Amino acid sequence: MALKKVRGNIERMFDKNLTDLVRGIRNSKENEAKYIAQCMEEIKQELRQENIAVKATAVAKLTYLQMLGYDISWAGFNIIEVMSSSKFTYKRIGYLASSQSFHTDTDLLMLTTNMIRKDLNSQNQYDAGVALSALACFISPDLARDLANDIMTLLSSTKPYLRKKAVLMMYKVFLRFPEALRPAFPRLKDKLEDMDCGVQSAAVNVVCELARKNPKNYLSLAPVFFKLMTSSTNNWMLIKIIKLFGALTPLEPRLGKKLIEPLTNLIHSTSAMSLLYECINTVIAVLISISSGMPNHSASIQLCVQKLRILIEDSDQNLKYLGLLAMSKILKTHPKSVQAHKDLIMICLDDKDESIRLRALDLLYGMVSKKNLMEIVKKLMVHMDKAEGTVYRDELLVKIIDICSQDNYHFITSFEWYVSVLVELARVEGMKHGPLLAHQMLDVAVRVKAIRPFAVGQMSLLLNNAHMFMQPSGGSNMANVLYAAAWICGEYANELEKPEETLFSMLTGKVHSLPGHIQAAYVQNIMKVLSIILSKGDIQQSIKVCKRVSDKLAQYVSSGDLEVQERASAALQLISYIHKELENGDADDICTQVAYLFNGELNPVAPKAQRKVQVPEGLDLDQWINEPLQSSSESEDENQSDDHSNFFNLGGFDKKEEEENISSTVEQVEKNRKARLYEQENNPNYLKLNSSIDQTCDIPITSIDLPTSLNVSGFVSSDKYIKAKKEKKDKKKSKKKKKGINHFEEEEEEIAIEMVVNRDIGEMPDGAEDSDGAIDVQKDINDPHTALDIDLDVPEIERPPPVEEKKHKKKKKEKEKKKKSEKSKKLKKLDKSDQQLIDIKQGYEEALGICTPSKEIVQAEDLSFGKLAMDKYILLEYKIDPKNELSNLATVFFRLTNVGNNCLIKNIEIDVTNSTAIQFLDEKNEPLSWYKLNNNIQCGSLTEFDLSLRVENISIPNTLRGTLTYMAQNFQDDNFHQDKLDWRLSVAVSDMFLKAAPSVPLVELLCNGLLVYKSSIILSGTNFNQVINWFSTKLHLVLVERVGETASLYGSNASSEQLCLLVKSNLNNVSVEAKCTSQTLVNNLMNEIKSTYNL
Amino acid sequence: MIKAILVFNNYGKPRLSKFYQYFNEDMQQQIIKETFQLVSKRDDNVCNFLEGGSLIGGSDYKLIYRHYATLYFVFCVDSSESELGILDLIQVFVETLDKCFENVCELDLIFHVDKIHYILNELVMGGMVLETNMTEILSRIEEQNKLEKQEAGLAGAPSRAVSAMKNMNIPQQLKDMKLPDLPQAIKELKF
Repeated sequence: MALKKVRGNIERMFDKNLTDLVRGIRNSKENEAKYIAQCMEEIKQELRQENIAVKATAVAKLTYLQMLGYDISWAGFNIIEVMSSSKFTYKRIGYLASSQSFHTDTDLLMLTTNMIRKDLNSQNQYDAGVALSALACFISPDLARDLANDIMTLLSSTKPYLRKKAVLMMYKVFLRFPEALRPAFPRLKDKLEDMDCGVQSAAVNVVCELARKNPKNYLSLAPVFFKLMTSSTNNWMLIKIIKLFGALTPLEPRLGKKLIEPLTNLIHSTSAMSLLYECINTVIAVLISISSGMPNHSASIQLCVQKLRILIEDSDQNLKYLGLLAMSKILKTHPKSVQAHKDLIMICLDDKDESIRLRALDLLYGMVSKKNLMEIVKKLMVHMDKAEGTVYRDELLVKIIDICSQDNYHFITSFEWYVSVLVELARVEGMKHGPLLAHQMLDVAVRVKAIRPFAVGQMSLLLNNAHMFMQPSGGSNMANVLYAAAWICGEYANELEKPEETLFSMLTGKVHSLPGHIQAAYVQNIMKVLSIILSKGDIQQSIKVCKRVSDKLAQYVSSGDLEVQERASAALQLISYIHKELENGDADDICTQVAYLFNGELNPVAPKAQRKVQVPEGLDLDQWINEPLQSSSESEDENQSDDHSNFFNLGGFDKKEEEENISSTVEQVEKNRKARLYEQENNPNYLKLNSSIDQTCDIPITSIDLPTSLNVSGFVSSDKYIKAKKEKKDKKKSKKKKKGINHFEEEEEEIAIEMVVNRDIGEMPDGAEDSDGAIDVQKDINDPHTALDIDLDVPEIERPPPVEEKKHKKKKKEKEKKKKSEKSKKLKKLDKSDQQLIDIKQGYEEALGICTPSKEIVQAEDLSFGKLAMDKYILLEYKIDPKNELSNLATVFFRLTNVGNNCLIKNIEIDVTNSTAIQFLDEKNEPLSWYKLNNNIQCGSLTEFDLSLRVENISIPNTLRGTLTYMAQNFQDDNFHQDKLDWRLSVAVSDMFLKAAPSVPLVELLCNGLLVYKSSIILSGTNFNQVINWFSTKLHLVLVERVGETASLYGSNASSEQLCLLVKSNLNNVSVEAKCTSQTLVNNLMNEIKSTYNL
Repeated sequence: MIKAILVFNNYGKPRLSKFYQYFNEDMQQQIIKETFQLVSKRDDNVCNFLEGGSLIGGSDYKLIYRHYATLYFVFCVDSSESELGILDLIQVFVETLDKCFENVCELDLIFHVDKIHYILNELVMGGMVLETNMTEILSRIEEQNKLEKQEAGLAGAPSRAVSAMKNMNIPQQLKDMKLPDLPQAIKELKF
């Protein structure tokens, strides 16, 4: 008792510390929130005190409360106070709190710059240590910019502890301040060979992170890493290096070839599973990247697969999981090797661990063949019944569909089986992939003509049992299959056995509880079915049906969904009109007219078709047709259309397309349709004739009526097909046994697909081609790594300022405005000739894309060969094509033509006088002085071959001499004539120009002050067009812009020299002004112009 | 990169949370909750990797965790980290804690979350692995603790006395919770 009292006194004397807080919270379990609120008040009191020790305790308590979810950002200022304490104890508390609560956008960070700088330069390495640890959590772009130099200094600290932390810190700096990468990179590179192993490891870590996003910039480091890999024993670092190589090999196959051996050695020798696993992973990556050029890589693959099998068979679930993961990578390129382990993967499917089952599922994708598809799917369906978690069930459904639909249903031998599988899947409760299933059903019905009768039968059963899908079970959206069912029944209504029955199943029942878009599909397809019933010509029956339909349609008219209302009202009017006509006795006429409504067949539409639709001239899609009204109904509409969008896509329609269609006139539509029909007729990929319809399975097999809600008579079980197939197989087997022959391939052939599948990619708009263009690839602007995509091998030039990047995000108009104002600023700085160049551009400003080539002059691609040497037997021509990526290399294409009179030319050889300045190279990049052509040239024909050319300095003209020797066999007098022909190959500077458009707008190029060397020339006696033509075809310059009689051209070569030309037409001459990054280049180009012009 | 390191007990109570990417406090709590739900329903004999955390990361991210007696140690990482490597790192972390606290138990984490943070900071910095050598880590921690003691000096004596008294009534038996024996396979993955 007394002790308690004393303790209470002392507690009052000393404030509550962290331990007390924690204990207090634990003791007040009932009203924790209240207790914490009370503590918060106390903390606020404590923070007001002068004593730094008290403040530090308060901040420590706040850090704890932050973990429990309380916002402590209000105390940011106090945290900074504690951080700035001179005592390490408090400093550490402060920095910890800051690392937990501060983030990049915290305003207070600007107060910390100097304090952090002081700590970084502190005598005590741990002061700097804690500062770096915290800074790594919250560094902002401003801090990164201001502190980059201090951190760089730490890179060469004498203490390995600080070097290590600084190296890691640099990565964070790069992320926030990409400009630091270039100057810091050489130092970072040095750190890879630091004497301290930890620093090395940190540097490897940083380079790995950098290279993960922009691997090509770090290829040059490969030798260093290779050395580290073969010498180091630090497994952590080895793992990182090996991972890095995995990222680099796709870019440089030669690296991969070199890696295989040390990696296989590591695989054999290492005992660390983590290292073994990463080695296997990288070997796989290597093999994928060089799968063509490597003769004996099957041994490596075998080794990998073997080791992986050991991993998968291991009792450790982790290894099993990783083994499967790596296996799926091999599967993509070497499916055969993985298929050998099918047994193992099937076992994994039954594993108790869900992660492992999912991985095994991934592998199944590549395991299927025509033979085992049914069996595998059957197995998956069994799993689906057993699985408890909906996540796994959903995943199974997706996988089943993936497996079956891969390669345009390549492995499906019976589509009836597949449709029954889909129907069975639709009956599984509580799934959330209704739209996917619906899409599959539609796709199959549209693509496989022969399956339609069967599909229609199944779908009408689904419609009859629509109530199954209407239970409002949480999260399930299986009702979507009714959309597909309604559409299929409507579109192929002529295949319906009992159209009336289907019709009324769509009219009765609790249809109003279905989502709007499904009701809309119902209404539309009710009309289609009705038109089929009418076409049968039974007038009395038709009248009866019409009456009933119009009665029942009333419930749709009162639907809450606008789309449904609208369609239903229209349909109702139409029916009452038909009804009237029928009663008037005008039956035949009205029936045929109704049939016209739904005439014509729908075809699959390519996914890219929408994007390829040409925007008609004069149509601005961004322009408002009607100014938007300021009403709330607008947003409502938008939501609705969102809901439905995927369904409109199914049919290839889209709001946008509809909009476009409105603008095109009726005649155009008609014309387009005719063109399309014509194209279809001539296209062998379209199905025209009715393929023979397999009727065998048309009769639904009634299964025993069990009292489960989901068992509906009439649905064909997918098992049936498996049995049927087995029987077939058994028969075959017995036959084979008799014969005693076992032909594997024969069997494969027998189970070829029975039905024709329209495997087209789908329809595309006229004139559009299906290109996997770069349109699909969009860079994520928010990804900080895009800013780090800096080519470190190239010296810094014309990189657009970082502001530019942000601008892309903003709206076009803003962008335009900004550009103009920026430009006017820059204009003042420029001299007259630049001014003119820019003036040209301003005429084109509204085009917005700045370096688009002019529309007026279509640039002629230079395809012509130049004459090198000729005599009466042979003509030697050449063409030079610089290789873009490799700086001073070019490909020289030679063309030899037999111009002799009835003779054969053979034994052709070329001798070259190489020099160091210019030389031909062979495959091994060794100088090549002699080349023999293996083929002969017949009379009047020609042959072509190419050689690599290396030029030491591509900014000066070079000449290469050589001889051509050949033997001509004259058929007229059967004489042999041997001759030698000298030639002189001159490589002008313009020959080495890359035909690439400027990477940045010309204006910027002129503004950044790199094009300092000028030269000009006046050409008389020619006209402007000739000059432009000559420059762009013969001198390989790129025409950037042309306005009237003034044009700007651009040229660049692989040594990153750049050149701008301004060509102007004067009264009787043409003036050419050039600006260039290199004096030599511009002078040589001018000389070239002069010399060729005089010719 | 490591995106987050979470430690919570069998009931989902957070014992340590370190996020290397900014989330506000509410989001952090939600992530802890979601992660707990994902991890806690798994048996102890299934693999230690988990995909499908929706709040943090996305497709490129994985949860790698270990379960020791009453505590879950969860690392949320992206694909640039080696899965087995991170498992080893968790092991190094826990072994370091064990060395620093002498038979570490949940109570140590409850009452010394600040110290746990300092230890973690010697292993991981800004989401990147800083050091994996335990001797090196321990010596760094030791030196910093020494520094702290020096600073406290005489001035710290009364407060130490008070806290010593406060700590008297912590039941000793709670300290007896031990680390479970590690599976042999993991022991072989030595660095």
